[in-house]
Amino acid sequence: MQVGLSGPLRAAANGEASIHIEAETIRELLNRLLERYPAMKQHMEIGIAVSIDGAIYRDNWTTKIPEGADVYLLPRIAGG
Amino acid sequence: MQHDQSYTGQDFKVVGSRPKRPDGIDKVTGRARYGADMSAPGQLVALMLRSPHAHARIVKIDTSKAEKLAGVKAVLTAADLPDLTNGNAGDYATLENCMARDRALYDGHAVAAVAAIDKSTAKKALKLIKVTYEKLDHVTDVDEALKQGAPQIQPACDGNLGGRYEFGHGDCEAGLKEADVVIEKSFKTGQTHQGYIEPHACLATVGPDGSGELWVTTQGHFTYRNVCATLLGMDIAKLKVTSSEIGGGFGGKTHVWIEPVALALARKANRPVKMVMSREEVFKASGPTCASSMDVKIGAKKDGTITSAFIECRYSDGAFPGIWGMLGGMTAWACYDLKNCQSVGVDVLVNRPKVAAYRAPSAPMMAFGVESTLDMLAKELDMDPVQLRLKNVAREGTQSSYGPVYGPIGIEPTLEAVRDHPHMKAKLGPNQGRGMACGFWFNIGGQTCSDLNIGVDGTVNLTVGTIDVGGARASLSLIAAEELGISYDDVKTTIGDTNSLGHNDTTEGSRGTFSSGMATIFAAREAIEVMKSRAAQMWDIPIEAVSWENGHAVATGAEHGNLPPLSLKEIAAESPTTGGPIAGHHEVTADGSGVSFASHIVDVEVDPETGRTQVLRYTVVQDAGKAIHPDYVEGQFQGGAAQGIGWALNEEYIYGEDGCLQNPGFLDYRIPVCSDLPFIDTKILEIPNPNHPYGIRGVGETSIVPPLAAIGNAVSNAAGVRMDQVPMSPPRILKALEQA
Amino acid sequence: MAGVHVSTTVNGDPVEYVCPADESLLDVLRDRLGLTGAKEGCGTGDCGACSITLDGQLVCSCLVLGAEAEGKKITTVEGMADGENLHPLQRQFIDNAALQCGICTPGFLVAGKALLDRNPDPSVEEIRYALAGNLCRCTGYDKIVRAVQAAAKDLQKQKK
Repeated sequence: MQVGLSGPLRAAANGEASIHIEAETIRELLNRLLERYPAMKQHMEIGIAVSIDGAIYRDNWTTKIPEGADVYLLPRIAGG
Repeated sequence: MQHDQSYTGQDFKVVGSRPKRPDGIDKVTGRARYGADMSAPGQLVALMLRSPHAHARIVKIDTSKAEKLAGVKAVLTAADLPDLTNGNAGDYATLENCMARDRALYDGHAVAAVAAIDKSTAKKALKLIKVTYEKLDHVTDVDEALKQGAPQIQPACDGNLGGRYEFGHGDCEAGLKEADVVIEKSFKTGQTHQGYIEPHACLATVGPDGSGELWVTTQGHFTYRNVCATLLGMDIAKLKVTSSEIGGGFGGKTHVWIEPVALALARKANRPVKMVMSREEVFKASGPTCASSMDVKIGAKKDGTITSAFIECRYSDGAFPGIWGMLGGMTAWACYDLKNCQSVGVDVLVNRPKVAAYRAPSAPMMAFGVESTLDMLAKELDMDPVQLRLKNVAREGTQSSYGPVYGPIGIEPTLEAVRDHPHMKAKLGPNQGRGMACGFWFNIGGQTCSDLNIGVDGTVNLTVGTIDVGGARASLSLIAAEELGISYDDVKTTIGDTNSLGHNDTTEGSRGTFSSGMATIFAAREAIEVMKSRAAQMWDIPIEAVSWENGHAVATGAEHGNLPPLSLKEIAAESPTTGGPIAGHHEVTADGSGVSFASHIVDVEVDPETGRTQVLRYTVVQDAGKAIHPDYVEGQFQGGAAQGIGWALNEEYIYGEDGCLQNPGFLDYRIPVCSDLPFIDTKILEIPNPNHPYGIRGVGETSIVPPLAAIGNAVSNAAGVRMDQVPMSPPRILKALEQA
Repeated sequence: MAGVHVSTTVNGDPVEYVCPADESLLDVLRDRLGLTGAKEGCGTGDCGACSITLDGQLVCSCLVLGAEAEGKKITTVEGMADGENLHPLQRQFIDNAALQCGICTPGFLVAGKALLDRNPDPSVEEIRYALAGNLCRCTGYDKIVRAVQAAAKDLQKQKK
């Protein structure tokens, strides 16, 4: 599947705005991402959230990614 | 157990009603206990010594005289707080902020603390501590701090740049070439404080065995526990944190400030230690939000289609780098469907206190720039401001400016509600103007753990671990009652301490009702499974033949259909002999929070003689997903709008040439009072979040996002000059009128 | 510092205490008498969270010395309800959802009651100005003003 990357994450993926990765869960997706782009480590330490079909998953890495889903990686959000 | 978190679309029986809140009686009789209301036998009083300088090297701290003063039981400096953070930059920043190490980084930075038998002894002891400072050059302005040669605040950073974050898609330069009109403008916002009425306060005890207890006003007692345990080298399980009633937080009570120091003093003295901040300390040394400075450029076609949208906003993070530019960058253009958009959030270090979250952190500043510039564009195009926004509005399927494609969202319905609202048609008098603006916030979920226990009389104790900041206990009781099919009055909801539940993330990001609501629904469903098996026992039929309807176990199938249903109360009464207590428990990482949008309308009158602005009428329209207890949803809308009004018109940190805060009190940092405001009308829209069983999105924060721009637009319309800086205080308005 | 001996009346009860001459009445109430209903939001008379009445006069107890209460009559939020019967203002604050965090509520109730005692039928503007010395950061004051209006109606009915 194609995975979109938000601005701050692109630098860690050689400037790509979108990358191809096969993964069934968020954990698998993040593991593959780290294998391919070791520079993602610093972003993961701060936190990465995954948007699947518009819903943002911040924490639960066991979440399954449905086939054909719109997947986008962005920095982890906090609030007040 | 995994549960389906999809929206059920069910008809609600009690959710959506407006019962009395369970903590009401305690709060109107003075019985409710807040941070400073708890005492322990033999307690000491702790006070903090703070830096009088904006930036200084700490050469030496001599505490010997203070230690010798009769009645002083412990004196503490950074030397008593070794670095146990194991290379974690965030934890180290927290440690350094709680107690300055080699440098004081802002006016009010803690440098030493004492615990003594009473307040007057502690005050005397503070005066006996001799700190030798070597003053350093300071910088408090966000734009000055980025200039070459500005005093550097954190050696590890590139100048004072804390971080630079870009979001967006398309090509803004190409978009400008398609534009018929281009509007370019710069804006500034002042630094504001959450302004919770209750100062930070705690009561700490630590024994020689390393076990401790902390009573504290906080938005996240589990987070406080973990952070304090880390900084002090304690075991998490041995530090019990109990959250007091909280007298307001709005993001400011998401981080520790005095608590690790109080615990360290208690450990050193082996006595309970009570520590309460003064209001001056709250202003100087807790965590306000950022000041900001931004540049906006929008290009559009004659028909209003936006072809290019650019914003860069620089946020003053205080003396430690944060994520505020990043958050702002993600929110800037979120309301709109744009082919070419870019937002840049820049984090900048200055000699001001370490910034904390403040209600939809960083979004109001970007919205001020974006929504003000959109009004300028509407004027240039001679287009209605609401129509211009509707022309470019984001919908389900739009790629958001921060990346993901939206599911069902509520920005268009809020704009339509504004367009059709009677407020928009009301007549305006002389010197009066109307403005409107939109706002966005994400909302979050996070780790959550709830316990539900059913007594033998069928009444229910619900224990949750998210702090109740605005009426959540009432909402969660409604949710439990709905799911179990019982009366609201039969549910008692309590906030559990850290020993009684698994970890719960802090109540921030409008997550309280969303995530504890989800855990409560699933805990109730687990209790229902238990009750079904108890009913099966009572009837002596297979559990498969039992279903749950309207608070009753019902026997199904031809052979059992004649059994009368068993109520929850009947099943509970038999529980001692059918297997013991009936309980449901659920822990979850509540993900799938729904984004939230609002549109506000405001009328103001500007006095051309004095420059003073009076807010005449205010209307909030916001998508709640589902309003569980509408009174407290309205309360969030109204409270956020009021804070935004203060930010827009009055509130601002004012620093002197010496880098010291000049207005650390409510007299000179003026938050809106009752006579400043009109009634604040609200309209709740309910576009269900597909990823929550009840459709909840979260409502706490979005309401502070539009007011700065809505009021800016209204004042600009009333005064006939564009206001580009908040607060729009009388002198600023007069100056703008003079220059026009 | 030598202590000052004070005899006073709190919520109708005779009370005696000894306090340092420079101790505020708010600290006396909270730390010596265990009446923590009055809150310290600022300590400088700007927020009204410590509002009490002294011989019927609405004051910020953080600006009054404990020693000044000698021979006076103090009422605090703890003295508002009549046994288990809440004052109409207390009831209407709950019914109108006029509190969120509740830290400012004791001050608003004391100030609101002081208003209704001298003006049983205040206009919205009179309510807003009478309560302008009490800060609330949660509600935007909307539901607070409505609660005071409703309590005024209740009290008028009670008198009839």
